[in-house]
Amino acid sequence: MLKTPRRAARRHLAVVTVASAAIALSACAPTDEADSGSDSGSGTSESSESEAPAADECTPDAMQTVADGTLTIATDDPAFEPWFVDNDPTNGKGYESAVAYAVAEQLGYTQDQVAWVKVPFNKVVQPGPKDFDFDVNQVSITEARRKAVDFSSGYYDVVQALITNKGSAIDGATSIADLADAKLGAQVGTTSYTAITDQIQPSVDPAVFDTNDQAVQALKNGQIDGIVVDLPTAYFMTAVQLDDGVIVGQLPLPDGEPEQFGAVLAKDSPLTDCVSSAVDTLREDGVLDQIGQEWLAQQGAPELS
Amino acid sequence: MSELLRLDGVRKSFGDHVVLREVDLTVEPGQCVVLIGASGSGKSTLLRCVNLLEVVDDGVITFEGRDITDPRVDGDEVRSQMGLVFQSYNLFPHLDVIGNVTMALRLVHGVGADEARTRGTAMLERVGLAAKAQARPDDLSGGQQQRVAIARALVANPRLMLLDEVTSALDPELVGEVLDLLTDLKAEGVTMLLNTHEMGFARDVADQVCFLHDGRIHERGRPEQVLGDPREERTRTFLSRIRAS
Amino acid sequence: MTDQVDTAWQPSGVQRERDEWRRRRTIRSAAIAAGSTLLLLVVVGGVVVSSPGWERVKETYFDWDKAVSSFPAVLEGLWLNIRVMALCAVLIVALSLTIAVMRTIRGPVAFPLRLVGTAYVDIFRGLPLLLVIFLLGFGGPALSLSGLPTSALFWGCAALVLSYSAYVAEVFRAGIESVHPSQRLAGRSLGLTYGQTLRHVVLPQAWRRVIPPLMNDLVSLQKDSGLIAVLGVVDAIRAAQIETAIDFNYTPYVVAGFLFCCLTIPMARLTDRYARRKGYHGAGGHL
Repeated sequence: MLKTPRRAARRHLAVVTVASAAIALSACAPTDEADSGSDSGSGTSESSESEAPAADECTPDAMQTVADGTLTIATDDPAFEPWFVDNDPTNGKGYESAVAYAVAEQLGYTQDQVAWVKVPFNKVVQPGPKDFDFDVNQVSITEARRKAVDFSSGYYDVVQALITNKGSAIDGATSIADLADAKLGAQVGTTSYTAITDQIQPSVDPAVFDTNDQAVQALKNGQIDGIVVDLPTAYFMTAVQLDDGVIVGQLPLPDGEPEQFGAVLAKDSPLTDCVSSAVDTLREDGVLDQIGQEWLAQQGAPELS
Repeated sequence: MSELLRLDGVRKSFGDHVVLREVDLTVEPGQCVVLIGASGSGKSTLLRCVNLLEVVDDGVITFEGRDITDPRVDGDEVRSQMGLVFQSYNLFPHLDVIGNVTMALRLVHGVGADEARTRGTAMLERVGLAAKAQARPDDLSGGQQQRVAIARALVANPRLMLLDEVTSALDPELVGEVLDLLTDLKAEGVTMLLNTHEMGFARDVADQVCFLHDGRIHERGRPEQVLGDPREERTRTFLSRIRAS
Repeated sequence: MTDQVDTAWQPSGVQRERDEWRRRRTIRSAAIAAGSTLLLLVVVGGVVVSSPGWERVKETYFDWDKAVSSFPAVLEGLWLNIRVMALCAVLIVALSLTIAVMRTIRGPVAFPLRLVGTAYVDIFRGLPLLLVIFLLGFGGPALSLSGLPTSALFWGCAALVLSYSAYVAEVFRAGIESVHPSQRLAGRSLGLTYGQTLRHVVLPQAWRRVIPPLMNDLVSLQKDSGLIAVLGVVDAIRAAQIETAIDFNYTPYVVAGFLFCCLTIPMARLTDRYARRKGYHGAGGHL
């Protein structure tokens, strides 16, 4: 007798719990972002804009930067040479630092109106909102990445190179075929990694690292035979980081198309056009070449056949 | 000396609490010596000291003419010559009955597995549990477990059996089967030193009864005398309390 | 205690009525429970599927084609996880048992052993696993000690073994100390040495008691085996990460997660069943 009211109360409680759970769940259904809801995986890439934006759209007042009146630029930590110097992007030294400040100047920002943030490489190329206006970190422009982020025009033509220790198994290799049994390493998610798996295709699975520093450590330990990385970084690694480092050679361009580094912006960022046109202007005016000559003393490397 | 076991002035204390003050005791071969006394009087401690599970604070224990309280003596070897049966049986739950019984034979006495099994089975038959050889201790009743414990202690033919209140944890109707077994052992000539509250058993089977009180053997003698007509006042008080309950 | 089977007894009318009522009520309760659970699942499922972001969530995390295409790579990575786990588990049990025994030996003579055991446990429980992996994985080969391999796999496994043994040693120690002292006394009273008692009486009981926490650590090891990916080896998660980096579809992560669960859940259920069948759960209360 006593049990019936209590049991009924328990049942009511159960019903109420279920109902409120359902309501709560529907309340937190993901909201749709303005335009990309209907995008499916096979989105066509947007080619760089055909018309340059008007000059007054790309000024500190008009641009919708993350922080008002300040241009926030991102790079990784540590920032590698020769792209930056002393891991300090603010000193304007190094190719990418110089290019970044040149772009800022082009857009009308003074040096004090430029702020730097540190963002790991892996995070930069993921889709999602960004804490910066654009990122310079040796990021190659690829179609796949365009699905997740925007790119400015390319500011540097990339060449992948292979480095090793002097006297190692692959020291002196002259062709891709010589690398068939090599244990190579690269940073995860980079075009360098893709170069190993698609171009070199060694029989041994490549080693994959979170950062280039760890790849260098592994090379020093003899745990891998060589690292694939862009040519200027290869110079830095062999000259400074490795005791007996040597560049084996550069890889031929995949399908003959030049790979380029571009500044990374959030997808559909309103700043993309401005930054792109700034880079284009710098290229036309020969400023990129100048900066390149100052910071990238390339003696060139033999091309592996 | 013909005696099997001799205690001289044995003293044992735990911290500030003195349990055994000055115990003198003698056990002849084939004898059954029964210790009686109140709980906490030190009966279990005494047995454990004899079995070298406790280190005495003073005094000498002589076993088969050897001073076993000498620190240079190998305690394991001495213990392998004695059999100790606990109040709470302490069978090994992860082994079956035959495994319990044969463990010491195999590991301590170097008996081969087959022979150990034969002897173990024979011992189980002797205690009436041959049918339970493959059973787990948990599946047996208290009386059965205690009989297995006795078999385990007995199978290596120890010179001396030490039994610590082996029926105190049993239901009344199971006590009988264990006491019957002990009576049989006595008849076979097994030397026993045991604690018990079972006065009837003591009277029937014991050669000597010792009343332990305040860390000393307060009174000792034939069972008819100590149990029937005790000389000491304390003994009388103790026995009357036992009978009254 | 044999009961005599009473074949003559049949339940009375009253009892039959009671049984019938209980049976009906059980069926009704079961039906309500099943029905309401099903209803809840349908409601929740419906709410989720009809929400506006569902399409995008589905294609980002549950893309079937991507799952199929990334499956081989993730599975191959998982094979590494399994091998690392199996090898390390064996070594961990051996080392941790040694440490646990070292910590539980009594007597002043064993003081140095106890000290070493305690220091080992303190140090390796104090160091984060990832730190140990970095230290050994990158620092170990840098010492260039002749005779020791430089492979990342070797040092990564060494790091896992050293780190996990500290935790598992404590589990074993708890098991050893939970065996009632009377068991040890019983063993000694038979003439067994300290070592024999430990090996034949205490340890067999100890390890059976700690099967649940041991399984816990084994499952944890299975996941942590992937941490050696920082040294360059490609395990399931790294393989998923590589697949993901191609087109930013995160389905490979879901695939990897699913595969890990497929490994863990049967392992855990099998162990439970084995322990229950052997009666380990009930073995504790006897003495």
